[in-house]
Amino acid sequence: MFELIFFSVLNGLVFGMLLFMLSSGLTLIFGMMGVLNFAHAGFYMLGAYLAYTLSRYLGFWPALLVAPLLVGIIGALVERFGLRRVHRFGHVAELIFTFGVAIVIEEIVQLVWGRPAKAYEVPALLDFALFRFMQTSFPAYKAFMLLISVAIFVFLFAILTRTRAGLIIQASLTHPGMVAMLGHNVPRVFMVVFGIGSALAGLAGVIAGPVLGTFPGMAQVLGSIVFVVVVIGGLGSLTGAFVASLLIGIVQTFAVALDISVGSVLAAAGLPPLGTTGVLHELWQVTVAQVAPIMPYVLLVLILIIRPTGLFGTRET
Amino acid sequence: MTPAIELVDVRKSFGPTQIIRGVSLAIEAGTRQAVIGPNGAGKSTLFNLITGKYPVSTGHIRLKGESITGRRPYEINRRGLSRSFQVTNIFPWLSVFENVRCSLLWSMGYRYSFWHRVDNAADVRERAEVVLEQLNLTARRHVPAGMLSYAEQRALEIGITIAGGADVILLDEPTSGMSRSETEQVVQLIREVTAGKTLLMVEHDMSVVFDLADRIAVLVYGEVIAHDTPERIRASAAVQEAYLGVPQGAA
Amino acid sequence: MSTPARATAPALAVPALARARWRRYAAWLAAVLVVAVLPHVVTAPAAVPVMNQMGIAIVFALSYNMLLGQGGMLSFGHAVYLGLGGFIAAHALNLAARDVLYLPVPLLPLVGGLGGLFFGALFGSFSTRRAGTVFAMISLGVGELMAASSLILNAFFGGEEGITANRTKAPLLLGLEFTTDRQVYYLIAFWALATAALMYGFSRTPAGRMANAVRDNPERAEFVGYSAQRVRFVSFCASGFFAGIAGGLFAINYEILTAENMGLTASGAVLLMTYIGGIGYFMGPIIGAVVFTFLQSMLSDYTGMWLLYLGILFLATVLYVPAGLAGLLMMHAPAWRAGRFRRLLGPYALTALFGLVAAVGVIGLLEMVHFMAAASAARSTKRLFWMTVHVRTLWPWLAFAALLVAGAAGARRAAPAAAAAFNEASRPAGLP
Repeated sequence: MFELIFFSVLNGLVFGMLLFMLSSGLTLIFGMMGVLNFAHAGFYMLGAYLAYTLSRYLGFWPALLVAPLLVGIIGALVERFGLRRVHRFGHVAELIFTFGVAIVIEEIVQLVWGRPAKAYEVPALLDFALFRFMQTSFPAYKAFMLLISVAIFVFLFAILTRTRAGLIIQASLTHPGMVAMLGHNVPRVFMVVFGIGSALAGLAGVIAGPVLGTFPGMAQVLGSIVFVVVVIGGLGSLTGAFVASLLIGIVQTFAVALDISVGSVLAAAGLPPLGTTGVLHELWQVTVAQVAPIMPYVLLVLILIIRPTGLFGTRET
Repeated sequence: MTPAIELVDVRKSFGPTQIIRGVSLAIEAGTRQAVIGPNGAGKSTLFNLITGKYPVSTGHIRLKGESITGRRPYEINRRGLSRSFQVTNIFPWLSVFENVRCSLLWSMGYRYSFWHRVDNAADVRERAEVVLEQLNLTARRHVPAGMLSYAEQRALEIGITIAGGADVILLDEPTSGMSRSETEQVVQLIREVTAGKTLLMVEHDMSVVFDLADRIAVLVYGEVIAHDTPERIRASAAVQEAYLGVPQGAA
Repeated sequence: MSTPARATAPALAVPALARARWRRYAAWLAAVLVVAVLPHVVTAPAAVPVMNQMGIAIVFALSYNMLLGQGGMLSFGHAVYLGLGGFIAAHALNLAARDVLYLPVPLLPLVGGLGGLFFGALFGSFSTRRAGTVFAMISLGVGELMAASSLILNAFFGGEEGITANRTKAPLLLGLEFTTDRQVYYLIAFWALATAALMYGFSRTPAGRMANAVRDNPERAEFVGYSAQRVRFVSFCASGFFAGIAGGLFAINYEILTAENMGLTASGAVLLMTYIGGIGYFMGPIIGAVVFTFLQSMLSDYTGMWLLYLGILFLATVLYVPAGLAGLLMMHAPAWRAGRFRRLLGPYALTALFGLVAAVGVIGLLEMVHFMAAASAARSTKRLFWMTVHVRTLWPWLAFAALLVAGAAGARRAAPAAAAAFNEASRPAGLP
């Protein structure tokens, strides 16, 4: 039991920090430009696939550097030649555009790499068990993932709070108009932030690919969860994204590990079962693990109804 | 006589900043009154409080004797109060005719009906035509409202406000950004459409104020320092001291 | 974003009103005739199933545009209402087949519609407080929620295999049978025309007009007496109702519903087709549904990459022709009315020709890339544009790239002339 809790917390942390790497880029882009970038998970996927191909020719470590860079450049180009044009039509048009980009990215990935999953492997250097606790071992690669995620977090924090560029970005997060009036090239700031956000997503793909799988559906799998994280944390708040990422990461991991039925949980709370057949009975037989994929969406809808600004955010659109 | 609008010790703070600091004001029915004051005094905030855009922090607001404190804008509008906006707030992609028509649907009883065709409603069409005629926009009826000239949009702005037949009208800087001749036309329009109704307007143009208003309220730093006839306001030393610029436009 | 949803009422002169009404009736009559005659004119065997698909898509897209174009609400979860309506209809059909319910097939779409209406009201009760990004996210959440729930609630959703039904086992109404595709076609055509008329009518009611007003300026709408949320809610329920009808037609046509029909892919498809068609015009979704379904069924016979081409078409529409195909057509209305349309044909044809050449180049390159990625190492040729292409040699790559470059350059050269011709032809009459 304790073993289960220990590893669930650990895995939850790894997943949560990965979610943060993804959601930080998304929240930066949203906070600054007001655009919820549907294609964000697509850049995550591109990162994984590019790293897969690059690692076959250059090795894992060069790919780790080059792939996110490539994705960042692609992201900047998408902003420069696509999003910028659509910006004047309003937020709805921007959402529609990024949705289209998401579709095209997914199709291009299938075009170039094919439909079957790719055998993107953990590099040999990291392919060992870091430690053993009771019956289960914790892979070193996961520790590596955690390390990279924390490093990115520290890096982001440092840049945003200690550098001039970071201050401009922070200011543009809440007052883009004013920042423009002060003489900064706000469109270029947008392009850079979009590029950096995409690069972060790409980096998440590079390190998560071997563990979560490199297949054409990987964007859809994580895409919605990242939205949930960003919305729950608060649109435009990095702190919120951090807290929400860890929260969802840990809760999801725990829920998946639990094979208890909803009925028994509610029975423990004193609620009787509803009926013996049919839809209601099915609801009662459902295990927590089955419900786990749904939970983020329930939370998403609840937060949007009760508190659209999220836990830490100050804006809703 | 129940006042048309009555504010009782209304206060409004945004966070730590207090914008309206205890305003008590009674606007008599059937009068035309103006609210003047320096920039930042809180005039638009006052309008937003009365019309339900913001909730009051403390205090009461009554419309024709009934409390409207904390009510939603559409609830207040349905009770007979309508407002215009300082920054033109029309329906940009609807035609001029449609703008006016949508503004009177509720007051003519059509509610959320999805079984009547609005094209077949002769009463709606006639009333809209009357309003368009008053605004002098009959020739521009098919133009998407976003493509009108500035002055035409300001006229439409007033048209949307009065189309529904509200008897308490709030106009927020109706002549802002207008030339002398445009202002005269708008003043004439305002006089025409508010005949027999209660008008409260925020204005900076003193000639308009003295032309139209029966009484003037002076708002400075969120407080009403005077509420009197134009002559006494003009003569008041307190007003002249607090609000530079009164002597310039008036005399 | 786009121009008004319909030309406003003409001047009050009675002859003009009567003329407009006649034009409208003539248009509807023409639609009925075309629809009635179509299966006899287009006799290819695969045609009728595709037309059935188009009919369902038309109803679905029109219902979607009640939200997007009319109401300014972007939904990523509209397929939920088609799906739920469809599942309810499928279950009802099964009950009818077992004689538990008297429900002839022609009335089944109504059952789907009521199902869509119920869930529209249920989910709409909390979705419609805001439009914009928040609305879009809630719709996404609800959509994903339903898609995920479908794997749990097996009794209703049938698990992985879905729910099947048999339309031939239902009781008959007036002796009408629905065994062949063509019989189903006429049923779908009837419902498509009926719902289109109803949805058009809705847009002319106070609820529909205020939906436009709330789309344009929700704040101002509140200040003229309307609760923006209530207006959106009415639109949302209506759109759920019609989406449910589309679901019922789906159940009748395909006789199977699966969770996939409710998911993000289906919701994305209706967004694409509606937007490509043009969200600012009533005809837009109809055009978009027809074009999208046509391309989807045509292209999928030739290439596995049809979604990529549709996605590119969609992006091109968003970037360069935001008014959609309908907008593009309406843009030429002044030229048509002035009788100057013929002058456009020459410059347009030239630009289109170059554009086609560039498109051939792009498609060729993309198809060859796909081949390299997907085909086994043993194969080296591919059938492309009715030729056998040796993909693993350099020559076809150069050829297609050259086509792309030449086509793009030529289109670039010819486009200004086309634009000038358009401006010339659209000039208001009487100006020099």
